[in-house]
Amino acid sequence: MTSKPAKISVQGVTKTFALGRETFTALDDVCLDIAEHEFVTVVGPSGCGKSTLMNILAGLETPSRGRALVDGATVFGPGPERGVIFQQYALFPWLTVRQNVEFGLRTTGVPKAERRGRAEHFIELVGLERFADALPKTLSGGMRQRCAIARAYAVDPSILLMDEPFGALDALTRVKLQEQLLRTWSQDKRTVLFITHDVDEAVFLANRVIVMAARPGRIYDVIEVDPAIVRDEAFRLSPEFAALRNRVWHSVYHQEGRTASAAAGATAN
Amino acid sequence: MSVLDKRGAGPRPPTTDGTAPDDPGTPDAKKTAAERSPSDRRGLPLLLNAVSIALGIALWWILASAGFKLPTPPEVVSRAWTLLGDGTLADDVLASLTRVLIGFALGTAAAVPVGFLMGWYGTARGLMEPWIQFFRTVPPLAIIPLAVVVMGIDETPKIFVIFLAAFLACVISTFQGVVNVDRTLIDAARVLGAKDATIFARVVVPASTPFILVGMRVGLGSAWATLVAAELIAAQEGLGYRMQNAQLYYDLPTIFVGLISIGILGLLMDRILLLAERKLTGWQERR
Repeated sequence: MTSKPAKISVQGVTKTFALGRETFTALDDVCLDIAEHEFVTVVGPSGCGKSTLMNILAGLETPSRGRALVDGATVFGPGPERGVIFQQYALFPWLTVRQNVEFGLRTTGVPKAERRGRAEHFIELVGLERFADALPKTLSGGMRQRCAIARAYAVDPSILLMDEPFGALDALTRVKLQEQLLRTWSQDKRTVLFITHDVDEAVFLANRVIVMAARPGRIYDVIEVDPAIVRDEAFRLSPEFAALRNRVWHSVYHQEGRTASAAAGATAN
Repeated sequence: MSVLDKRGAGPRPPTTDGTAPDDPGTPDAKKTAAERSPSDRRGLPLLLNAVSIALGIALWWILASAGFKLPTPPEVVSRAWTLLGDGTLADDVLASLTRVLIGFALGTAAAVPVGFLMGWYGTARGLMEPWIQFFRTVPPLAIIPLAVVVMGIDETPKIFVIFLAAFLACVISTFQGVVNVDRTLIDAARVLGAKDATIFARVVVPASTPFILVGMRVGLGSAWATLVAAELIAAQEGLGYRMQNAQLYYDLPTIFVGLISIGILGLLMDRILLLAERKLTGWQERR
């Protein structure tokens, strides 16, 4: 892994926001390398800057200091090699599932016939073929997120940035979508950076769990998960999973050197 | 209503509103209830509307017969018939409708781009906002004396004040629409490779359509409201002019015909816009 250059490289990224008269440090000197086809999850209490990190990689925000590199080039604005999936789905409500999936293909000038075929393929991949011509308002939360995943996949990004994509869903739907996401990923490998506040989700999906701490936002701990493990229900119920889960849980909820307010915020989660 | 219609045919969409799927145990009872309720919901308000209108006319008739200075409904109907017969009503309607439509069309056509510019570019907003706010506080009717002096007494000042009324109502609404576009949708478009022009055409415009249409409906209301006053300016025909004229001769039935015509035409135009709104913004999730 060290021989190949990192797919994503975050080098000393600091991000500060002006909050009234004070400055708020969302990210403080964050360094992180992600190899190609790695599935990395980021977990941490609210305010740890995990969404800011994702927005910087997506090109939606710029770092105050340091730089983010993708394939060795500094990130400057969004790019087709990076697909983003938002917590609130962000589907265009006036477009059907098919039109939503085709959106990125239209903006990048893919010819109509090819667009059709590719949209069809990814709609099938997420199992929405019966709803291809439905408007988002008729879909459930889980279906909307599947549509958003198909939309991101359709432009064929080598990197998927997912910001708490299953955060708004019920537990059962979330588990189903996690399994589906892993299935899709194992058939069609991409580099994934997956933000979550759910420890189980972070452990179940990841090759590597990054634990972040708040005030200032920084990387607190890194926990490796053997990529050879088959991610299925047996794994979810195994003692290995429980051990990893405990490890991450402690890292997230018993961070040393926190302020009292941060502790209160973390336990409220 | 559309949700119910869709559920009847084809694959059943998921129930996002928390409604339980039909209980298979009692299909008959469910079905009749489901069949009856939409027609009830559509039919009952219409029936109530009709009853209300009939009662209103009855009350008017009673008041007129009781000695109030009002024409009776048959008097108004016969006057309407006369005015229709000699072509006066048609000419007046045509003249008024032309003014309202031209003023409204110009007002909306100007308001939409200006509202977009104000919502999208801080500079445009800073430059235009004081003028919009200022003219919003001045009723269009108060512009009439100025308009007459500057533009003369032909069609121009009349259309101008209607234009102003429609423009002001619509521009604020369009601006609000652009400002309210969900930030995540713009981000989503950006990460899908859309540049500014595409984001504008394919995200900002559709997302603000509901606001624009509401603005157009309000603008249309303002345009009609300004019409009668605009026709005070030495008009030769038009519903407002006809009523002004009738006032001089104490001709109440004609005033009633004018009022009712303005009401019906306004209602018809509003319904047309409402229909357009339903068609164009059916994708919205209604609360």
